[in-house]
Order: sequence, then structure tokens, then C-alpha cells
Amino acid sequence: MAETRTDTMRTRFMRVVGDLLASDDRAVAVLAVINRGLFEEEGLIERYPNRVIDVGIREQSQIGVAGGLALEGFRPIVSGYAPFLVERPFEQIKLSLTHQGASAVLVSVGGSWDSAGAGRTHQAPADVALISALPGWTVHVPGHPDELDALLRSGYAGGGSVYIRTSVEANRSAHVSARSEIVTLRGGTPDGVTLLVVGPGVDEALAAVEGLDATVLYTATPNPLDARTLDAKVAGDDLVIIEPYLAGTSAGRVADALSNRPMRIRSHGVHQPEVGHYGSPRDHRRFHGLDARGIREFVTSA
Amino acid sequence: MNRTINTRGPATAAEYGYDDLRAFMTRMTGDEKHSFAATSTLDVLWVLYDRVLRYDQVHPTWEGRDRFLLSKGHGPMAYYAVLAAKGFFPVDELDRFGSFDSILGYHPDRLLVPGVEISSGSLGHGLGLGVGMALGGRIKDSQSRIVVLMGDGELDEGSNHEAIAIASRFGLDRLAVTVIDNDSAKHGWPGGVASRFAVEQWATVDVDGRDHDAIEGAMATETDGRPLAVVAHVEGRDG
Repeated sequence: MAETRTDTMRTRFMRVVGDLLASDDRAVAVLAVINRGLFEEEGLIERYPNRVIDVGIREQSQIGVAGGLALEGFRPIVSGYAPFLVERPFEQIKLSLTHQGASAVLVSVGGSWDSAGAGRTHQAPADVALISALPGWTVHVPGHPDELDALLRSGYAGGGSVYIRTSVEANRSAHVSARSEIVTLRGGTPDGVTLLVVGPGVDEALAAVEGLDATVLYTATPNPLDARTLDAKVAGDDLVIIEPYLAGTSAGRVADALSNRPMRIRSHGVHQPEVGHYGSPRDHRRFHGLDARGIREFVTSA
Repeated sequence: MNRTINTRGPATAAEYGYDDLRAFMTRMTGDEKHSFAATSTLDVLWVLYDRVLRYDQVHPTWEGRDRFLLSKGHGPMAYYAVLAAKGFFPVDELDRFGSFDSILGYHPDRLLVPGVEISSGSLGHGLGLGVGMALGGRIKDSQSRIVVLMGDGELDEGSNHEAIAIASRFGLDRLAVTVIDNDSAKHGWPGGVASRFAVEQWATVDVDGRDHDAIEGAMATETDGRPLAVVAHVEGRDG
């Protein structure tokens, strides 16, 4: 994979959505104000006045409208801030999409701490857990704009319900392509610990295990998890999940994948959603113990 | 104007009329607590399916059909009775209402019941879906109408008021809402239900919800590019 990072996930999202609107008449972007400025800058609202729909600050209707469009044969791409895209209209996602047998691509910004200064109202560490509680959803947590690019295009083309959690943070390199795979970033021995890192945070995890006997695996797709590859790649009996969302979100799927052996599985993610501090994303990563030092402390603790 | 009539089942749809509906409804037991909700909608549903909507009960997903969305999914016995009378499924299916293998639950499921456009039951979802379908129809340059049936109690859900606002902002003149006003809203609607739509620039009509000609006429109202709200007044629970 390329070692370059030429843009952000947000700008890459806009580029891909522009391509999809141009190439597929079924593509419809549904907004609730968030991202509208970017769509205007790209000229997409002017170019596709009927297929870029901004419902205003009405997130329940944003999902309901997407459901109605999907029932009419369109492929909605619905974007917004994670708390307002997932948590606020969760019943609409459950009933106006999933229960109808309708599908859409939901793309969020904000994640767990991107808007660190905005506080709890703009943070959604439970988003992946919530979406994963619904049947049939694929969840991608890209760690790099190139990953977002590939996963958004493949997720759109796949036709199912897809949630993509973008971030202002990005790993130095892209590690996965459009396939929902688990890859090995660092090898260790069966006597050592294995880290399964999801999305942004790879560089911190690699720095954390410097000098340790540790295998580092990576995925941008926590649901459905690439269980067969995980089973094949985990050699030892000690696994730590490094997840940039609510701690424990992916533990069940990992446990299912490794249920054929005795394993210790620990989850390291957002343990305390009510932070009570502002600052920067880096501050919050440190607060949650997801910087290199925090990860090392967690991994080496008994 | 219906393209065909159904010929499945023990009799053809043409043999069933309005006078059969109440007998059909009595064949569905187990959800009696929603009998009032069901009888409230009966006449509007019949007029819609008998005089207003275009559909093909043999090919329920015919692209040129009008879309009817029962947002107020509670008490669907009247809905099922009308669909059976019009031939979407055999009348005998009504006897299995609510049983494990029945297609007919206490709330309708679009994946199970021929002709049902949306799965409903949780209040406040249908109008948002209807707005999306109307926007989709606009992209497709479709002439199909989207008709959403709601209740005055259902209007308590805030999601409806999001959708009421954007429907008029987008000028969705193929969208119509029929509100069954049976005085179910806990705190009422001062100024009347229609005023909640009128303030958002919808065309509105109040009608007697038992007067078939009036309902049919209201659904044909010229709206000058606006969505249409028809408030059908029926007797309240104590009426």
C-alpha cells in the first residue's frame, strides 16, 4: 500500500460520492446539513439537485427519507455526525431501513473523540455496538483515506446495509483494500501476545509493543469479522482487542471466532464515555489509554 | 382505476364490497384492544382502494401503482379486510390472523403481505418513508401518488413534524396524507389537526370520515404544487 496521505477521509468521502453520483443514477446523497458545505464546494448540489437531498436538521427524517428512497430502488448514501446519524435516529435505522428490507450506506464523522472540544454531545463511542446489534449490517472503520475509498466503493456496490465510521485520525499507511480482511502487521511467537487493532490507532499500537513478543493484526471491518483469518493468524492464547470505540464492542465476535481454543481475550477501547474534558483528539486518545503508552500499559498488565 | 382484479382464492375480488368488510373484520380475533383503531379507518381505507388508488393486486409491485402507506399500523384489521376484499390475498387468510404462520400480524409486514408497502406499528415512521418515496418518484418522473394514512394520536410523534415541514419545502405534490381524527391525541390539537399541516403550507381539507363521496372528493383536491392533507373526522371512542 502507498505510504502517502494526500487528503483526509472527509475529502476522500466527497470525491468518492461525486464519482458514485456521476456513475450511477440510483445514487442519492441524503444530508441533514452536516457536510452540506462540502457538497456545495464540489458543485454536487448544483449538478444533482434531485439526488443531493438536504432535509435540514431533521435526523429522524434523514433516515426515513433514505428508507423511502431505498424502497423506490435508489441507493442512499447518508452522512452526518455519528451521534446524530446513529444514536438519535436509531429506531429509524432499525425500522425505516432494516425492518423494511431496505438498505443504505451510512457514513459518519466524529467517532468517539474527533470533536474533543465539543464534548459528550458530539461523541458516539457506542455507534459500532449499536449498528452491530442490527441484523445484516456491515461495519467498516477505515484507518486511512485509501481504505475509506476502497471500502466505500465496495460497500456501495455490494448493495447491502453498510456503516462506515470515518475519523479525522489516520494511520500512516493503508493496510487493507476493499476486502473485509484481517492482515498481519507484525509477527510474534505463540508465547507472546496478539493485538487485534481496528481502524485508526495502528501506529500507536506498533509503537506500544516495541521490544515485546507481540503479533499485531489489523482490520477495518469489525462486523462481520474475518473469523477464519483471525483463527488462522492467532497463534498464542492471549489476545488484546484495540478498538477506537466502546470497549468490548468486538469481544463477542472475536470470542466466537476463537471458540475452538482456550483464550484470554481483553478489550481495550473507550471504557469511560463520559470524559468530562475537552482538548484535542490526541488528548482523548491519551485519556482513554489508547496512545502508545496506554496501550503498552494495558497489554503488559496482568 | 384498477388494472385487474384478483382471481385467486375461493371467489373473485369483484364479489366483495363494502358491506362484506365488517364480517371480514370479525374473522380476525386476538387484537380486540385495537378494534376502535381499526373501525376508525375502515371507510377511508375502502374509499382509497375502491375509488382513488391505482394498483394491480395480481402484480402488487407494479411500478405504475400508487403507494399506500399505513403509517398508523395499529389495528390493521380494516386494512387486511380491504386488501382481502380487493383480492391481494385469499379471504380465508383472515382466519389465521395473528397465528404463528400467518402473514397477517397485529402490525403489517411488507415482506409478508402482498400489497403492503411498508412495515409499520411503531408510530411516526410512515410519513418520513413517504417523503422519501415521493422524492424518489420525482427523480423517476413518476406520476404515482404516495398516500400515507396516519392517526391524530400518531401526530404526537415528533418525527411527523419533521416530515410535514420538509414535504412542503420540497413541494411534494404527489404526496397526500389522510389523518384519521378520532380524538385519540392525549392532549388534543388546538386549532384542529389540519392547522398543523396548513402552517407548513400544505393544502388541507376536513371531511366526514364516514362520507365516501366527501373522502373521494377531498383526495381529488387541486393543491397547486403542494402536498395534501385530508383530515377525516370520525366518532371518538366515546362517540
